[in-house]
Amino acid sequence: MEAVQSSRRIMTGNEAVATGVKLSKVKVVSAYPITPQTTIVEKLADMVANGELDAKYIEVESEHSAMASVIASELTGARSYTASSSHGILYMHENLHWAAGMRVPLVMSVVNRAIGPPWSIWGEQTDTFNQKDTGWMQVYCESNQEAMDSVILGYKIAENKKILLPLMNMLDAFTLSHTSEPVEIRDEKTAHDYLGDLDLDFKIDYKNPAGYGSLVAPDGPFMEMKKDMRDSMYNAAGIIREEISNFNNLFEANLPGLTENFMMEDADYALITAGAISSTAKYTVRKLREKGQKVGLIRLYFYRPFPGEEILKAVKGLKGLGVVERNVSYGQRGPTFEDVVSALYRRADVPVRNYVVGLGGRDIRVKDYEKMFENLVEGDNEMEWINVGVK
Amino acid sequence: MYEIRFHGRGGQGAVTASKILATAAFLESKWVTSFPFFGTERRGAPVTAFTRIDEKKIELRSQIYEPDAVVVLDKSLMKVVNVTEGLKSDGVIIVNGKTGDLVEAGKYRVGYVDATSIALRNGLGDPSHPIVNTAILGAFAKVSNLVSLQSIKNATSDTVPSKKKENVNAIQEAYEETELN
Repeated sequence: MEAVQSSRRIMTGNEAVATGVKLSKVKVVSAYPITPQTTIVEKLADMVANGELDAKYIEVESEHSAMASVIASELTGARSYTASSSHGILYMHENLHWAAGMRVPLVMSVVNRAIGPPWSIWGEQTDTFNQKDTGWMQVYCESNQEAMDSVILGYKIAENKKILLPLMNMLDAFTLSHTSEPVEIRDEKTAHDYLGDLDLDFKIDYKNPAGYGSLVAPDGPFMEMKKDMRDSMYNAAGIIREEISNFNNLFEANLPGLTENFMMEDADYALITAGAISSTAKYTVRKLREKGQKVGLIRLYFYRPFPGEEILKAVKGLKGLGVVERNVSYGQRGPTFEDVVSALYRRADVPVRNYVVGLGGRDIRVKDYEKMFENLVEGDNEMEWINVGVK
Repeated sequence: MYEIRFHGRGGQGAVTASKILATAAFLESKWVTSFPFFGTERRGAPVTAFTRIDEKKIELRSQIYEPDAVVVLDKSLMKVVNVTEGLKSDGVIIVNGKTGDLVEAGKYRVGYVDATSIALRNGLGDPSHPIVNTAILGAFAKVSNLVSLQSIKNATSDTVPSKKKENVNAIQEAYEETELN
């Protein structure tokens, strides 16, 4: 393979994602626009119209149909892509199960936006945390660079024949989607060679008609197929670790592992975050370190498969761990908290606390993270809602 | 790290101004981020946009609360928005208007420029909707010393889809006509 030629440009997260789609040699795009995802699909429509991207763009009347379209096109062997957000993802929910259950290795970008009511167009991750059980792999991006890289890497992982599960890559609304920052554009030929063409062992072929997803009796292979999905997702972690390392070497990229440990060596207290809210958390950790406080951050890059082993290793020696949720669940702690506690159960002895932040686009500031670190040392074990009811 | 907050009205180009400024600093090998405070997009409604510039990669992603500089694209906003809120005591403020328009100017380094007239003179927008975002950056280059005039011009040529020459002229004229206070 040739040496990587790279060039850096300023672009928004949505532009970075669209560029990642182009670099992935996608053949079919089908999507329904929704704020703040809109500029991804506008950019892709432009690329298809001006010939920059040799793909078919299928206009549809809803997100449910967008997902149905890309499942079908992917099943013919054409690499396919869609993107959505918020209520669009909820409307798509049924077909998310179909995509994963039919083992269609799609990649979809989701710009995380709050769920109404009350109506909100701003950032929050509840939309995709609600999809954690659909059989899709989940990646939460911290930067526009990761947003681009995760599309390319996403196809490589999803299409791995030992995995064959779809992947969604997430961008926080506005914080990444509409923020411009420097991004290294990966070399197109290198990316094309890296991914090659989609190669499915099962394809829709009109010369050899076959049924997909038909009725299976209770003693048929239904449970076996579900277990195979679960095993594939579970075993994906090892493959992903290798593929990230390959990606970094090939593109001179800097993707973390399934998680990123930030100033975790010798840390007494640490937070766990996912997505672009991690950046301000890092800024805060650096600031508190300068004051002599031994604090750190664990960032979830992958959320499905859940990186339990990485977290177990990272929390060794901690006196307190705080799990930060930019999502809301009712009647139980947050989903990340439950997953973390489950991964540590009877294997690590560290107090774990839970924080809810940034719902409906509420800005997450340095002082909010400072408050969480203070609470880790002094607080009780109640779930804390940060920056709520104070002006 | 240097933080700039833009105040404009929907349609005036505040978001583009924040991106052009970021691009100019990027051309000078800085790390930058530029982002809007995204309201519901309506022409004429107050719009805020932000730019951060640093020598190293920027981690802070919250909004800007204590800017080093403020740029006001529409002086009528000063009646409805506290444009100097949080501005550092040694901060810089650029106003599209005439000397004295900013009432509490005493503490700050203020640059005034009639960006509206300059924009119209150069065919940017029309009298009801002048596009002042590039002209005001000429004033910013003069007052702040943060990025060079040439980088602002280059970034503008890279960013604007049409009337590149007119925009660059407007920047030059604004640079020359800015009054410091």
